[in-house]
Amino acid sequence: MIYKDLVVIGGGPAGLSACKVALEADMKVALFERSFDLGGQLVKQTHKFFGSESQYAKTRGIDIAKILIDEIKNEGNLEIFLDATVVGLYKDNIITVYQKDKYFKVKAKAIIIATGASEKFLGFENNDLPGIYGAGAVQTLMNIHGVLPGKEVVMVGSGNIGLIVSYQLMQAGVKVKAVVEASKNIGGYLVHASKLKRLGVDILTSTTITKALGFDAVEGVEIVKLDDLWQRIKGTEEVLNCDTICISVGLSPMHQLLSMAEANMIYVNELGGLVPIKTCDYETSLPHVYACGDVTGIEEASSAMVEGKICGLMAARHLGFIHPNDEALEFELNNQLCILRQGPCGEKIRCGLKKVGEIYD
Amino acid sequence: MKALYDKIVNVESGDKMRVDEHPILTFKNEEKLFFTYNGKKLQGFKGDTIAAALVDNGIMHFSNSIIHKRPRGFYCAIGNCGSCNMTVNGIDNVKTCMTLLEEGMIVVSQVTEELANDI
Repeated sequence: MIYKDLVVIGGGPAGLSACKVALEADMKVALFERSFDLGGQLVKQTHKFFGSESQYAKTRGIDIAKILIDEIKNEGNLEIFLDATVVGLYKDNIITVYQKDKYFKVKAKAIIIATGASEKFLGFENNDLPGIYGAGAVQTLMNIHGVLPGKEVVMVGSGNIGLIVSYQLMQAGVKVKAVVEASKNIGGYLVHASKLKRLGVDILTSTTITKALGFDAVEGVEIVKLDDLWQRIKGTEEVLNCDTICISVGLSPMHQLLSMAEANMIYVNELGGLVPIKTCDYETSLPHVYACGDVTGIEEASSAMVEGKICGLMAARHLGFIHPNDEALEFELNNQLCILRQGPCGEKIRCGLKKVGEIYD
Repeated sequence: MKALYDKIVNVESGDKMRVDEHPILTFKNEEKLFFTYNGKKLQGFKGDTIAAALVDNGIMHFSNSIIHKRPRGFYCAIGNCGSCNMTVNGIDNVKTCMTLLEEGMIVVSQVTEELANDI
């Protein structure tokens, strides 16, 4: 058994930020990441971030990942476990880790869950054909490994991920035949949509995918127009030839560890699915188990970084590790979150957070 | 479209689906690695996951659905979906999207009838 002050599960923007603040408060920290690299999904995000300077606006996701990793990787009080999947979370703050064909246990005074999210899937005929990928999977393949999924892509979903990955596919030399969106409006920021339109990509709103065509791989897709009640309009079916279909219909929180430990959970549509109920100090119903980032509700990496820092600060404070900047930092971080969540773009997340007891209006 | 893929599958050198030019990223692809997939020798690069190297070799069919044996590719590439599981160096159900390619790896897809019925 390994003993630590703090265990952080997940090495993405939230987990790395939590580590940074907890280390500043002098905690002995173990960070667990199931991938062979830290950085979470930032490592494939080649676009520049929005927001304010404190969340690295105007910097590309790939570079933010480097900054966050460099800030902590040489800290003496931090032990990093890569290729290490946490497979068990128990009520006495013990976790089971699977790494390189071995299982081992770690006991911590506090645990931060920053497991992130997974891509949702969509029901349609033939939806399991080879050549149908999550938009994030395609991003991994082309931006990390430099391998293209195919030659012609149809993107399903026009949220920010759908729009950004479509643009990145074009940058990598893949033709995007169309972006299909069931809703009447484009889901993501107009600035991303405009970039695609300038490149001549059609964004087809009120349109959905009915089936994938092909026998042992995707050869095309059938789409259809939807009316105001989301019903298919007969006679508007159209076939687009393509060898790849990307599904970008949202994310859902990776709640499994919290659910297995029987933390109090709630299903909130606006937050993407099942999320833990937590106090304003980010503590779940399990004592000294905290959660931050997408696992507490789907948002953006910018807010995940701020949440991670608050989470690190609280986990430390509750155990008597007082950060040199304790209260000033808390005030500053909460302020940053308020700014990130204000305005019409933050309405959905504010509405979702209200349901778990957080109020930003 | 099918003819296109058959053509790619028959090329054993890999390097068919790589990004040629990119405005932001550079891919080193310096060190070649050789591995076998279902008995055939294929080539990838150091830093590839097994899944990435397979896609580069034109392989999209990663597994079969359990009951109807329908062909499947991988979906998530970050270890969630399990559609990319293969037998690697004799170990079953290895997530090929999360496993880095190594020289001499023996990769076998788990699509035989016997194994599918056994699950």
